Amino acid sequence: MSVNQTFFNNRSPLAWWKIASFLLLLFVVLKGFTSPVPRLPILNETIRNLYFHVPMWFGMTAFLLIAFIHAILYLRKPKALMDIRSVEYTNTGLCFGVLGILTGMFWAKATWGAYWTSDPKLNAAAIGMLIYSAYIVLRGSIQDEDQRARISAVFNIFAFPAFVSLVYILPRLTDSLHPGNGGNPGFNQYDRDREMNIIFYSSGLGFILLGVWITSLRVRLRALQLKADQRFHASSSVIDSH
Amino acid sequence: MKNIISKLLFFFLLTLSLSVNAQDDVAMADGFRADGKIYVVIVVFAIILTGLFVYVFLLDRKIGKLEREEKN
Repeated sequence: MSVNQTFFNNRSPLAWWKIASFLLLLFVVLKGFTSPVPRLPILNETIRNLYFHVPMWFGMTAFLLIAFIHAILYLRKPKALMDIRSVEYTNTGLCFGVLGILTGMFWAKATWGAYWTSDPKLNAAAIGMLIYSAYIVLRGSIQDEDQRARISAVFNIFAFPAFVSLVYILPRLTDSLHPGNGGNPGFNQYDRDREMNIIFYSSGLGFILLGVWITSLRVRLRALQLKADQRFHASSSVIDSH
Repeated sequence: MKNIISKLLFFFLLTLSLSVNAQDDVAMADGFRADGKIYVVIVVFAIILTGLFVYVFLLDRKIGKLEREEKN
C-alpha cells in the first residue's frame, strides 16, 4: 500500500489525523499530570481537570456543529448519507456531553461542595442534552425514512442555536460559578501560562479528532447497512414480481 | 486628593488580595510527585489510552474489509 493510501486516505485506519489524535492525547496524558500548574486554594491539583473536563464540551459543541451543517446540507440536497452523518455526529455529541456532565459533577463535588448546583451553566447543559434527546426520540417515532430525515434535519437546525445560546450565552449574562461567566474571571486570567494552553488545546483537538474517527466508523457501518437493506429490498421485490 | 486616596486604597487592597493568592502553603500533590510514583499512574493511563486506540484501529480495519467486500 502506498504512503498516499496509508496516511492520506480518510478511510485508512492509519490516516494522518487518526495518528495525530493518538499522539495529541498521549502528549496530554504525559504532560497533563506532571507539568507545573498555578497553586490556587480550593482548586489545588484539580485545576488539571481543565485538560480533561473542558475538552468534552469542546468536543460536544464541535460534533453538534458538524451535525447542524449536515442537517442543512440534507435539506439542500436530500441524500441518505447526509442524514446518517447528521444523526451520528449528534450521537457522539451526546456521548461527550454525558461524559462532560459526569466529570463536571465529580469536579463540582470537590470544589463547589455539591454534585449539582443551581448554576445556570449546569442547568442549561442539562436542558441542551434534553433537546438533543428529544431529537433521538423524534427520529425513533417516524417510520418513513425520507420524512424522518427531513423532520429531524429541521429539528436539528433549530436545536443547535438553542443549545449554543443556552450553554455559551445565557450563563454569561447571569451569575455563574463557572470561570469566565457572570463576571467570574476565566481560567486564562490565572494562567496565561503557555505550557498549560498548549496541553489544553492539544487535548481539545485530540478528543475532537478521536470523536470524528469514532463517528466516521459509525457512519460507514450505517452506510453498509443501508446498502445491504437496499439489496434485500431489491431482491425481495424481484421475488414478489414472480 | 480624594482620587489619590482611593487609588492608594485600591492598590493596597490589590496587593493584599494578591498576597493571599500567592500563599505557598496551598496543598498540592508535591509529596506524591516527589516519591516518583505518579509516573506509575501516568503509564497506566497511557497503556489504557493505547489499548483503546488499538481497539478503534482494529474496528476501522474490519469495516474497511467489509467495504471492500461490498464493492466486489
